[in-house]
Amino acid sequence: MAPPKKSAANETAEEQGAPPPFTREQELKALRDMLLIRRFEEKAGQLYGMGAIGGFCHLYIGQEAVVVGMQMALKKGDQVITGYRDHGHMLACGMDAKGVMAELTGRRGGYSKGKGGSMHMFSKAENFYGGHGIVGAQVSLGTGLAFANRYRGNDFVSLAYFGDGASNQGQVYESFNMAELWKLPVIYVIENNRYAMGTSVTRSSAQTDFSKRGASFNIPGDQVDGMDVRAVKAAADKAVAWCRAAKGPYILEMQTYRYRGHSMSDPAKYRTREEVEKVRHDQDPIEQVRNRLLAAKMSEDELKKIDAEVRQVVNEAADFAQHDPEPDVSELYTDVYR
Amino acid sequence: MPIQVLMPALSPTMEKGNLAKWLKKEGETIKSGDVIAEIETDKATMEVEATDEGTLGRILIPEGTADVAVNTPIATILADGESASDLAKVPAPAAAKQEKPADAPAAPAAKSEPAAAPAAPSAVAPPDPEIPAGTEMVTMTIRDALRDAMAEEMRRDPDVFLMGEEVAEYQGAYKVSQGLLQEFSARRVIDTPITEHGFAGIGVGAAMSGLKPIVEFMTFNFAMQAIDQIINSAAKTLYMSGGQMGCAIVFRGPNGAAARVAAQHSQDYAAWYSQVPGLKVIAPFSAADYKGLLKAAIRDPNPVIFLENEMLYGHTGEIPKLDDYVIPIGKARVARTGNHVTIISWSMGMSYALKAADELAKEGIEAEIVDLRTIRPLDTETIVASVRKTGRAVTVEEGWQQSGVGAEVAARIMEHAFDYLDAPVTRVSGKDVPMPYAANLEKLALPSVAEVVAAAKAVCYR
Repeated sequence: MAPPKKSAANETAEEQGAPPPFTREQELKALRDMLLIRRFEEKAGQLYGMGAIGGFCHLYIGQEAVVVGMQMALKKGDQVITGYRDHGHMLACGMDAKGVMAELTGRRGGYSKGKGGSMHMFSKAENFYGGHGIVGAQVSLGTGLAFANRYRGNDFVSLAYFGDGASNQGQVYESFNMAELWKLPVIYVIENNRYAMGTSVTRSSAQTDFSKRGASFNIPGDQVDGMDVRAVKAAADKAVAWCRAAKGPYILEMQTYRYRGHSMSDPAKYRTREEVEKVRHDQDPIEQVRNRLLAAKMSEDELKKIDAEVRQVVNEAADFAQHDPEPDVSELYTDVYR
Repeated sequence: MPIQVLMPALSPTMEKGNLAKWLKKEGETIKSGDVIAEIETDKATMEVEATDEGTLGRILIPEGTADVAVNTPIATILADGESASDLAKVPAPAAAKQEKPADAPAAPAAKSEPAAAPAAPSAVAPPDPEIPAGTEMVTMTIRDALRDAMAEEMRRDPDVFLMGEEVAEYQGAYKVSQGLLQEFSARRVIDTPITEHGFAGIGVGAAMSGLKPIVEFMTFNFAMQAIDQIINSAAKTLYMSGGQMGCAIVFRGPNGAAARVAAQHSQDYAAWYSQVPGLKVIAPFSAADYKGLLKAAIRDPNPVIFLENEMLYGHTGEIPKLDDYVIPIGKARVARTGNHVTIISWSMGMSYALKAADELAKEGIEAEIVDLRTIRPLDTETIVASVRKTGRAVTVEEGWQQSGVGAEVAARIMEHAFDYLDAPVTRVSGKDVPMPYAANLEKLALPSVAEVVAAAKAVCYR
């Protein structure tokens, strides 16, 4: 696959190699959407610490630009599926923060009536297909969503998100093969956050350039700065256009970073605090947008107002999630069969 | 008002921990995400990150304090514009504890006994459809009955498609899909690479978006590659999604022992799948049941495991010539009536059972034969009704005995007809070995008519 031709926008960009700039509206949307995920996840971590959320809870903090940038390239009807680090994807898809948080606390107002939990939420209305706990399974399922689009002859695209860890699972390659063979409109978004739980990519992967993982199936792939929402959006636009034109699947390796542990009970001894701090200081996806907005003469007060609005949404979600009742006991046996 | 920082739990089971170290001093500025303290348990040391911004107002629990209970306030953070004088507004720790939401998780555990589980639902399947008098009966192989069932359902519903290895151009590894490619084109009859895990997942994904795939496994032995997608994705999604997203899909193909293909190609998976809530499991014996139940499986909105038997593909049977012959899932069939002993079987096991009944009749023992047809949901009612009549029961299966379907049937008879039993329920099954290749050993590893006869006589004390 030839490298992308430089567009006019690219050439006139202020910095060399910078992605095409966002309009002010796009910057504000990206900021709001990323802030919502950030504040939501911080609150989820807090509620977990209070014991209000049980079991597993995998936070998305640090990776927000990936889902927000990808989502900005989609149209209604495109489908999204991911693994268990999924709260950010749900919010980006437009799912209601209250319903997501109430699922985390196992309450009846949760998206799965409290039966799914952190790792298993779905929304037909927002075309979000979960929320899957078996590493790599969502890749075949997401390919199946693309198969269905192809079967129906529509031009929708499915996004299958997975991590650097899942990239080593066998079914990923089985799916790559069939997706290219049948020219299925699926974008494989590999969120390379450098660690599969506690194992770094260099300790787990023979080929650490994940954009090349489709090479033996002739699937094109790009490495993308997953901390820059503009770069994500630009890459997504290109991949979406490729898929909508029925050219087959596309791989996007999002180079990103998770600030928090793999799950809540992760002592994070596999990396240094300095490493985390450096990414946070130099590359934080939200700070990047804030700084651009400040440079474009937006005031601190205006930015604080946005943050306050987002906090309000999250606080209301947390409040709902703690006071909504648990599912009725009669729900034990429902939804096993239709 | 100043914000309280609470002692966090690192895991759902943590109740207390040590406050090892403060990394911020009182008066220091705090940004969201800053590490403010380290806490340790016997398992790990963890960092406490601030989720709010402001100034560290007061440290309430000094570093080095051991056994700090989860949710104890450990510090206060002053928001912008607040000063130390605002600290007085913070309620005392004890009071703060009461502010914890009444229904926070610790509370439900402390509450009274959990509510008793509601009764499990029990659905009774409707009877088989009436076959009007004078209906023409067509003699047909099971292979063709399966093909016709798929073709009829594909004509009826454009969302139904068939995918699997060699299903299209090769016309089916066992010729079950003969002619389907020609009628429905490569769009709906899809040859896959040899990649069971992957195409099972693709099928399930397509089903989640509303299509109705029939996924053929060349044999169910190969479906073990795909069993994660069948169980974790297909069977559980409806429940995990609170009923939002289900999966209408049929996984079908030959199951159980074929002839002389040794251990890896000769295994009965009925018991495996029958354990899983969310799945329906069907294993017919007669040609008519193969057709009527496959049509029902394709129409069912749930994931269905349809277990065929390679040895039966060439068998013929009579099928009523009706426009739409659909047999309800979950209903057993009394294949032969008798008063002395009930023999319960399904699929290939039925061939031993029926021959054994002929033998037994010669000795004056009238066996009633129940063909389960559906393994899940199991038709307890029909089994129990028969056992209440005969007082004796023998199960026959090709699969292994431990945790087998026969074991489940025996348990249900004990639960529902214990007082009617005149003898212990007896199981005839495959032997507890991988399937051998040698012809003589293979024969020994499978159930036999003689074993069924012997078991039936034993429970009749004859």
